[in-house]
Amino acid sequence: MNARSSLAWTVLGAASAIVLAALWAAPLLWALSTALRPELETVSSDFHWLPQTWTLDAFAKTLAAGNLLRWLLNSALVALGVTVVTMAISLMAAYAFSQLRFRGRSLVFGLAMLAFLLPFEALLVPLFRTMHQLGLVNSYAGIVLPQVVSPVVIYVFKGFFDAIPADFREAATMDGAGPLRVLWSVYLPLSGNIVWAMAIVTFIAAWNNFLWPFIIVTSTDMMTIPLGLTQTYDAFGVRYAQLMAAALLGALPVALAYVLFQKKVTQGFLAASGLKG
Amino acid sequence: MERTVLPLAAAVSAKREGLPALVLLGPFLLAFLLFFLVPACETFWLSLTDSSLTRTNAFVGLDNYATLLRDASFRDALANTFYFALLTVIPLTALGLLMALLVNRFVRVQGWLQGVFFLPFVLPISVMTLVADWMLQPSSGIVNHLLGSQRPWLADPDWALPAVAIGTVWWTVGFNMLLFLAGLRNIPAEQYEAAALDGARGWSLFAHITWPSLRPVTTTCLILQMIASLKVFGQTYILTSGGPFNTTRVTLHYMYETAFTQSDAGYAAAIAMAFVAVVLMLSLLQAWVVRWMARRDA
Repeated sequence: MNARSSLAWTVLGAASAIVLAALWAAPLLWALSTALRPELETVSSDFHWLPQTWTLDAFAKTLAAGNLLRWLLNSALVALGVTVVTMAISLMAAYAFSQLRFRGRSLVFGLAMLAFLLPFEALLVPLFRTMHQLGLVNSYAGIVLPQVVSPVVIYVFKGFFDAIPADFREAATMDGAGPLRVLWSVYLPLSGNIVWAMAIVTFIAAWNNFLWPFIIVTSTDMMTIPLGLTQTYDAFGVRYAQLMAAALLGALPVALAYVLFQKKVTQGFLAASGLKG
Repeated sequence: MERTVLPLAAAVSAKREGLPALVLLGPFLLAFLLFFLVPACETFWLSLTDSSLTRTNAFVGLDNYATLLRDASFRDALANTFYFALLTVIPLTALGLLMALLVNRFVRVQGWLQGVFFLPFVLPISVMTLVADWMLQPSSGIVNHLLGSQRPWLADPDWALPAVAIGTVWWTVGFNMLLFLAGLRNIPAEQYEAAALDGARGWSLFAHITWPSLRPVTTTCLILQMIASLKVFGQTYILTSGGPFNTTRVTLHYMYETAFTQSDAGYAAAIAMAFVAVVLMLSLLQAWVVRWMARRDA
């Protein structure tokens, strides 16, 4: 009886795993199948799961016609800028919060953690006004700067630094190393894993950010991929093979980052959720 | 974790470490002030004025809030947002749990299964919307082909928001799966072994061990998802631009239009404040529930 019911559960589980995996893989596979067709085939009334004529035409046309390469470059620059600046200022701040004693430390830390609670969406209007006054609309600095305040990254790093035995710091301080030196050559190497995980997650989040670039960018030339891809109807008209090629090319960099660094990405997202380091 | 330091040493180092602390904190604090604290206060201040997008105008007290209470468009947008939350929160939580259980159960294909479920979450929003739009095309879309229907999903007032919700579930469920996987891995193996010795199998193992242990994760997931769903904007904006007949115009979309199309920054700020109030209440509720559960289980 027990053996039979456990077998039934395994079969039921395997069936749901297959169905769900198929449902979750299908949209991207269908996009790929569409992108590999000639444009005429996508609107033909004959339905085929696979292209009847296989061609890379859509990819070639997408790359030649649209601003896709420019958008990819913008995204790379913006995501890299956000990641480097966020990591630098957050590591320094986390080290100060964790290791240095100064007046008002818990007050400032508590204030910084407020940004956890307040949704970024509520700041859009004043942020746009500020950027407008600073003349940073349609500029890289304008896209990058509001994205570098990331209390969750500080929170995660501080947690890690707190757990490092104070002996390490005291030994280094005895040798006359200043705080920056100690952070760089003692604390950073000891927390390499989590730093990489947070850096990759910050990069992916910045690459994918839609809302802020949508507000601050109006010129096609300054668009990032998530924003640019919404303009492709205008760029290509309704040509589905090309639209799917554009979507897949836009997905490729982050998909690759995920496949290459799967463990770090999941570790980083979990840490960023505040549930697990 | 506070380290124990002799009081004298602490006093000495507080003096010596104030300056280094300022140097290390400086860049973050500057960014924090400019791009968080000042804008946060400014949102509140703007909500008390009738400012435009680029000019700060007269103080009007609570007028914007009074308008907000009587604004039918705001009410509709709020209703659409909560409808979207209703359509997404429970499916996203239940499917996330199911996926985590499956990934945990089928160890040999674990990496693949987890990859397939999680990949959409790392993709830009517009990849999801482009593919969804193509699949939902009335005449040549694959969904209508498979269902043998001719429905213009995204232009149908009854179906537009549910269609966006389904796309959202596909796009974001991977994150919840991750939360549940972490929860599952925190359950000590001994608990299962002990229950198995008592003859528990399959469903009863789940009902007696897995589900009760996952309750804090489930609660967290539900509330985080609720907050995330209230913040919906991109999906509906890109796929339907709020239409048909404003049936998919959500709160943030209404705020966006008020600020950036009508250039009514004061009123948009009041909408933002109302939005913040709802999100804050949910965040506090989450903190409270998690603490309450921890205390009850202890």
